[in-house]
Amino acid sequence: MKRLRDRIAGLRVTLWTLIVPPSMWAAHFLFSYLWAALNCAKVGEFATFPTLFAIGTAVALVVIVAAGWVAHVQANRKGDTPPHDSGTEIDRLRFLATATVLLAALSFIGVVFTAMPVIFLTDCR
Amino acid sequence: MSDQNDLTLRAEQEERLRAVWKPPEGLFLRWTDVNNNRVGVWYTLTAFGFMLFAGVLALIMRTQLAVPENDLVSANTFNQLFTLHGSMMMFLFAVPMFEAVSIILLPQLLGARDLPFPRLSAFGYWSFLLGGVFVGGSIFFNAAPDGGWFMYPPLTTRTDLSGLGADIWMLGLSFIEVSSVAAAVELIVGVLKCRPPGMRLNLMPLYAWYILVVAVMILFAFPPLIAGDLLFEMERLLGWPFFDAAKGGDPLLWQHLFWIFGHPEVYIVFLPSIALFAMLIPTFAQRHLLGYPWIVLAAVGTAFLSFGLWVHHMFATGLPKISLAFFSAASEAVAIPTGIQVFAFIATLWAGRVIWSTPLLYAVGSIAIFTIGGLTGVMVAIAPFDWQAHDTYFVVAHLHYVLIGGTLLPLFGGLYYYWPLITGKKLSDRIGRIAFWVMFAGANLAFFPMHLSGLEGMPRRVFTYPAELGIGGLNMASTVGAYLFATGVLMVCIDLALSPTRPKGVRNPWNAGTLEWLAKPEDENWGIRSVPLIESRYPIWDQKDFVAKVDEGRFFLPDAEEMKRETIVTTVLDARPLQVVRLGTPSFIPMATAVALGSVFILTTYHLYWWSLAGAFVTLGCVLTWLWTGTAIIPEKPEKSIGHGIVVPLYISGPSASGWWAMFITMLADATAFSGLVFGYYFYWTVHPDFPPPDATGPGVFWPMVAMGTQLASWAATVVAREVHARGQVLAARSLLIVGIVLTLASLLAGLAGPWFTGLNPSEHVYPAIVWVLAIWTAAHAGVGVICQGYTLARSIAGRMTPRYDADLRNITVFMHFLALTAVVTYATIGLFPGASS
Repeated sequence: MKRLRDRIAGLRVTLWTLIVPPSMWAAHFLFSYLWAALNCAKVGEFATFPTLFAIGTAVALVVIVAAGWVAHVQANRKGDTPPHDSGTEIDRLRFLATATVLLAALSFIGVVFTAMPVIFLTDCR
Repeated sequence: MSDQNDLTLRAEQEERLRAVWKPPEGLFLRWTDVNNNRVGVWYTLTAFGFMLFAGVLALIMRTQLAVPENDLVSANTFNQLFTLHGSMMMFLFAVPMFEAVSIILLPQLLGARDLPFPRLSAFGYWSFLLGGVFVGGSIFFNAAPDGGWFMYPPLTTRTDLSGLGADIWMLGLSFIEVSSVAAAVELIVGVLKCRPPGMRLNLMPLYAWYILVVAVMILFAFPPLIAGDLLFEMERLLGWPFFDAAKGGDPLLWQHLFWIFGHPEVYIVFLPSIALFAMLIPTFAQRHLLGYPWIVLAAVGTAFLSFGLWVHHMFATGLPKISLAFFSAASEAVAIPTGIQVFAFIATLWAGRVIWSTPLLYAVGSIAIFTIGGLTGVMVAIAPFDWQAHDTYFVVAHLHYVLIGGTLLPLFGGLYYYWPLITGKKLSDRIGRIAFWVMFAGANLAFFPMHLSGLEGMPRRVFTYPAELGIGGLNMASTVGAYLFATGVLMVCIDLALSPTRPKGVRNPWNAGTLEWLAKPEDENWGIRSVPLIESRYPIWDQKDFVAKVDEGRFFLPDAEEMKRETIVTTVLDARPLQVVRLGTPSFIPMATAVALGSVFILTTYHLYWWSLAGAFVTLGCVLTWLWTGTAIIPEKPEKSIGHGIVVPLYISGPSASGWWAMFITMLADATAFSGLVFGYYFYWTVHPDFPPPDATGPGVFWPMVAMGTQLASWAATVVAREVHARGQVLAARSLLIVGIVLTLASLLAGLAGPWFTGLNPSEHVYPAIVWVLAIWTAAHAGVGVICQGYTLARSIAGRMTPRYDADLRNITVFMHFLALTAVVTYATIGLFPGASS
């Protein structure tokens, strides 16, 4: 486990990794919209808790949690002193990683919000 | 640098910088200026003028609605008034104002001498001015658009129901969207590549973070509307039935494309105002802003979520409830990041020692108004409530609370905060405070009663109402409030008008800690004396002797030895110096290009197609002249010193260069517009069982596949040309470019041959129409591809491009990547999609 954490801490952090969690939310949102639109237009209905939708949501949540965990490990990289707002390599890394963790939390909530209507609504009316 | 102690040397450096950055003088020549501080001021004043104009339109409307059954203006005039009020406030004030302010502030915030593409800023400004006057002026000819600021078809696409106004809206505002995208490119590259050394991403001023986020949002939000505008005008001018249900089209497609733009738009105008708060709140709390990563989370999170909200404007259109619920969920979720920002500001004020200045008063007051608008937003985001409130004054109240609290009042706060930065003089605190309270009272008096009149059944966009409805009193209150608000705005205008009579103030009058306050009251045109090394988020507060070191030229690039306008390009993440880039100088070309491009849009409005085509060729000529004479110039020496022993190149190409990024970003916007068209194709297929119609003949498989194959081959030729060129095989590269030109031309013709030889008639049904549009879009891009390849070949032959200095070839390769992608998607869709070929 420690070796894994060390390897993760050394991964590159960029503006692209920052947007992985919200991009996952966006992908899941698009998927949900297309899934509902196609089902309702072409089939005319969808079953309660349809399998495809559940799998898609699970995949999105797993990716978001994984990205959040990786970022969490990186956000706690040792070195430099608090409050971690200096112009150093580590503080820049910690900043980007912290922002990624927060975005992962927001994206997680966003995906759960999107998934909830499927639990409560059962048809295409 | 010890020699900076030499006062004579410093004076000589200043003399050189002053000469290089000297603005053009003279009655006509002054308008050729491209420097950010002058173009930004023109831009700001113009947007402010449009705001006042649109505000007067609102006052006329409120006067008409003051009493029941009033006849001050006719129904027709009223339609033009509300359409133009909304369109101008959004397209000619809110978005351009953010761009204008950013063009002024961003270089100062980033310690840069100017943004990377000054001429592009100037081009954006002239396009904006021209398009804005065209759209706004139409009301004096009784020809203003009258279909509401969202222009829903079929009311607006049927030429018997709506006149020239609809064309003016579509073409005039499309032109302005071009200038918005241009500004977005400029601002993104500015934030990512022109930061001072040491300003890593975590030290960037929050304003720059917001600008980056908002500019990226513009890239993805405006192009779908441009695609929609294209379809719309094809229907109005040529009768291609994209939104005509009788011929297989669908008016809802327009609503989708409009609101994919329209909802992010709300956040595009809101976030920059929040960005102003993020600058002024730390100053007046006298401490660092709390929760820097949380603010970044909020900005990025809002940007993403705002693209999942558009259908909440379409709750009443009869979409499946499950779809509505997805958008309702996202609309509720966006309240989270919005709230986080507000809490971060409150926490900072709480933890600091607050100075109750005029700008802070505006900031706090607007947060209060915005919060009320936010809460009614949570209400209308719930579909069943929205069905009750839809199209009533409740929604008018909601959106004005959001926009006045989230855009207008913050901008006034920003005006009071930054006026000393621009002019060296403070505005009157006394007038500012009185104006604030007058506006604050006026806004609440005008818009709060609208919640009630809306719930009692007053519909939007109707020019009068019967006395029996019992809402005369509420409407009178709204009208009085509107005039009160206008009085407050007038007071601000008087304060601004008095400014020239006041003496210059002191430098950094608010004791702020961020870089932009290095500006002196007697400002020089050069931006910053020397580009500093940044070690803190608030360098003026935290770094020892910072201001003196900047002023004495002790940091980087304190001189202009070669008498060129220059600034430093750095890396994206850590702001390590990469290059000294030579910037554009004053020129007529941006203005000429804007006028030529404007003529294309304006002449098309009046159906003068041949003249418009001529305008297009003039535009092409202007752009090519601009590129040929002003870009990728081979420097007289390979590198130069920026001081402190750092030597950087004067020319770089590929993914680390600012020009490459500009091309990449522009093409992202282009690809987004294209995806709007592709969305149209699949939208029709999803919702219409008879798309493509069973008896329709598609463009066949053969020609689309030939077009795709030749385009991919041309792409490969260009990529190989880039590689062999970099290895010094110039002749091979030129030959490959010639092969590429032939292949792209072949692809262009083959792409059009499919629908042509199968005789698809686009005015008959939406299916042939959308196939034609996709084919024409791709063919037009192939045409641009031919020009790109030909231009690069010419640059090589003219000796303006060599294996060492190869930016042209690398940049057009980016274009070719996107062209190949466009071709694959288009030809696979029209040639291979089920039911397409027969």
